[in-house]
Order: sequence, then C-alpha cells, then structure tokens
Amino acid sequence: MIEILGYAFFRHALAAGVLISVACGIIGAFVVVKKIALISGGISHSAFGGIGLGYLFGFDPILGALGVSLASALGIGVASRRGGEHEDTLIATMWAVGMALGILFVSLAPGYAPDLFSYLFGNILFIPASDLLLMLALDLVIVGAVYLCYNELLAVTFDEEFASIMNIPVQRISLLLLCLTALTVVMLIKAVGVILVIALLTLPAAIGRQHSTRLPRIMGIAIILGVVFTFAGMWVSYLLAVPSGASIVLISAACYGASTLYTRRRHHRTGSPSR
Amino acid sequence: MTAPIIRLEDVWFSFDGTPVLEGVSLDIDEHDFLGIIGPNGGGKTTLLKLMLGLLAPDRGDVRILGKPPEHHRTAIGYVPQYRTFDFGYPISVIEVVLMGRLGHIHRPFRKYRPEDRRVAEECLDAMDIGDLADRQVDRLSGGQQQKVILARALATEPRVLLLDEPTNQVDVRTEVHFFEILRQLHETMAIVLVTHDIGAVSVYVDRIACLNRRLFTHDSGEITEQMLAETYQCPVDLIAHGVPHRVLREHEGEEGA
Repeated sequence: MIEILGYAFFRHALAAGVLISVACGIIGAFVVVKKIALISGGISHSAFGGIGLGYLFGFDPILGALGVSLASALGIGVASRRGGEHEDTLIATMWAVGMALGILFVSLAPGYAPDLFSYLFGNILFIPASDLLLMLALDLVIVGAVYLCYNELLAVTFDEEFASIMNIPVQRISLLLLCLTALTVVMLIKAVGVILVIALLTLPAAIGRQHSTRLPRIMGIAIILGVVFTFAGMWVSYLLAVPSGASIVLISAACYGASTLYTRRRHHRTGSPSR
Repeated sequence: MTAPIIRLEDVWFSFDGTPVLEGVSLDIDEHDFLGIIGPNGGGKTTLLKLMLGLLAPDRGDVRILGKPPEHHRTAIGYVPQYRTFDFGYPISVIEVVLMGRLGHIHRPFRKYRPEDRRVAEECLDAMDIGDLADRQVDRLSGGQQQKVILARALATEPRVLLLDEPTNQVDVRTEVHFFEILRQLHETMAIVLVTHDIGAVSVYVDRIACLNRRLFTHDSGEITEQMLAETYQCPVDLIAHGVPHRVLREHEGEEGA
C-alpha cells in the first residue's frame, strides 16, 4: 500500500478525491434536501454532449462538459419555472438527448476517441495535474458562493413562497444552485464518469441526512464520507484491478444501505417516527 | 382616516380559465380583525396570495400601503396553511424564525446581524417557545410548529398578519390558546384570518367577510344564516360557540340532516 504513494498518479488521485468530496458534500446536501437528484442526473448526462463536442472540435472535452452542463442547468431551471412541460419529461429528454448528441459527435470526430470510456465511467487514477487545478478553482467558486449566499439558499430551498415574500430573488437563487450543481457534476465526471455522478453526489449527503438535522453538519459528514469512499474505492480498484468509478459507487451504496438499516433500527428501538 | 394597509379594488382572478375570484374589493385597516370564511376551493388562499403579490390579478388592483405588493409586502406577516412545506428539512427553530428578517436586510448576501437575532429571539419568547430555539422543527408538536411559523411572521415586524387556516390540524386546546395569542397581537397589528371553521372565528373577529368567488363583507363579527347561505349557496347549519350549549337548527324542507 505504502509504495504506491510514491507514484504521482496516486498522489493526484488522492488530491482529486479530497477536492471532489468538498464540492459534492456541500452541493450534495442541497441536492438531497431539495430533492433535485434527478435534475442532477439530467445535467450530468447532458454533459456528455459537451464531451462529444470537445472530441469533434478538438478541445478539452471537460471544457465542453462544463459549458453544456451549465447551459442545461439554466435551461431546466428556467423551463421548470415557466410550468408548461412536465418537469420529469423535460429532465428525461435532456438526459437522453445529451447522451445521444455525445455519441453522435464522437462518431463524427476524426479517428479514434481515446479515454472516452473514462468520461463515461470515470478514472480517478488517471488525473493530470492540470485537472487538479481546475478542480481547485471549481471548489473555490462553490465554497465561496455557498458561504456568501447561504441564508438565501437556505430560505429558497426551505420555503420558496416565504422567500418570495421576503423579496429574495427566488429564480436567481434557484438557478445559482443548479449552476453550482453543474460545476460539481463536471468535477465528479473525472472521478466516476457521467453515468455514475448521481451516486457520489447524493449518497454521502443522504447518509449525512440520516445522522444529523443541521445542514452544515450534513455537509461536513458528506465531505468526510466522500473522502473515505473515494479512497476506499481507489484502494479496492488498485488491489483487485477493477474500475475505480464502479468501486467508489458500490462502496458508497453499500454504506448507504447499512446506514439506512441502522437508522431504521435506532428509530424502531427509541420509538421515534422514521421518515 | 388613514389609508388602508391593504386595498383590493375589483380584483378578478382565474386559474386555467376557471374563475376563482370575481370583482373582489376589500380594505384592511390598521385596527382590523377580519375573518374571511368560505368553503374549500372558494378562493381564500388565492385571495391571500394576491394580497402578497405571489399571484397577479387578471384585472383590478392590489395595493399595500398604496404601492404594488412587492414594495411593502415585508410589512405583512404571512402564516401559510399548516404543513405546506417540508418540516423534515434539516433546520432549527431559530433559523426558521430568522428568515422573517430577510425582507428587512438589503445588504448583499443578506447576512444576519445581532439585531436580527435579538428580534427573532424576542418573537420566540413572545410565543413562549424560547427554550426550543435550537430544536429541529420536525421534532416539535403540531402546536409548537404552528407557533414557530407565527413567530417567523412576527419577526417581519408586520403591520398586518395574514393567517391561512391556522388551526386546521391542531387540537381544540391548542386552538383556544392560539386565538388568545392572536387577541393579544391584535393590540399592535391588524389581523386577517382565513378559515372554513365558521364557529371558532366569530368569537374573536370584529368583521366577517364571506368568500365564494365573490366576497361579501359584513361590518360585525356575527355570522348569520343568511350570510352563510349566500356564501355556500345552500342552507348551512349555524353552530354558535361562546355559549354553554350548541344551537343547531334544522334545515327547512329537509329531513334527517
């Protein structure tokens, strides 16, 4: 175990694990309490369209993912507020169309598409230093925005109607949250890929939710769990030579299952109502 | 004669082509304790949302202190219908009440100041739940949760309180206690109480309005059968509270009702 710490790729992977855990702990807490996991899934899958664009026009696919996921976050935010279309239909459409466009663009791109597989399923053991810098920048944006707008985010996610009466710009704050979710999704793509993003975004925060009734504490628990899950996933991946993204997700899901059982039992014993 | 706090002039509203309110005019003055009664689906909640500027009328005009609702709606303390939002949200009592201060904070990012915390704590004390400040809202009784929502409305330092079916899901003892609190609050602010609980309301209010698409106002707190018949468009039993026995009158021309 110790000797692999000598490899740069492994140190990068550990750093990436910490950086993505910060973002997905903070934003994941909002995703879980506001119940927008499905929207996050839609955003991450639509991001694949951006990855395809990157391959087609020869720029870094992660920049394409960044642009398209932000655009789809704004799109879904505005459209769902207008009413009109059913929100879940809209999300499902965005989800599928993003993937379809990605596949189309990749097939049109000249030559062979290297590491396409890692964008789909992630590969935290293969993260260049430049991506670490991007992750650090995104982390700073996310932490800064949530710190500054915390009261407004809390008000809008708790009670939109009352927030409007308090003259808080509800639409703008909701869009801010969706955009921050999009940024988090982009970071997570590197680790677990577009298909598995939704798991790492929701599971650590969902476990935190079961063990605390304060949003900041839920964020803290989710960050720590995110680090634990990514490290454990990498370790399993290294030991058994299996894909890291899948390991991370399965470990997270197993812990979520265990935590759910434990919470149910505790509620059962103390007689307090379970939710 | 001071200007009314809230004025509705010939307000019409429809939802998906179905008329909800037709030609509603209403003034709410500084010392009003107005009860608005009417059947479910009669437009009571819609009327409150129009007052708050959460909905815009198809026709007519809504003014708070002479301005469109967005300007002065922070002068309204709104107590929405019980459990219209998720009490399972991980939030403490004091955090909920502090949200009532957000309308008064105009600095960017709306961070709270010690002054805001002081007001929020005072509102909790006024509701007699100061000791619950750090509790999670989900772990309170129904009556306590209702007080939290009332405390949040008071934290806005309102000129008028709008309450939407405030005693819908609380037991009778809590209900009586709750109305006593409202009576005290009425010394410093106007109160508008929306309910379909006809009996409870008439003991406390000064003025009654009946709403079923159209609004009929009456300058006394007494409810007559004629008023109810106009509102509900069918004969309604009148149950008198505040007297040791109930008075139930038979419907004419109906048997076994």
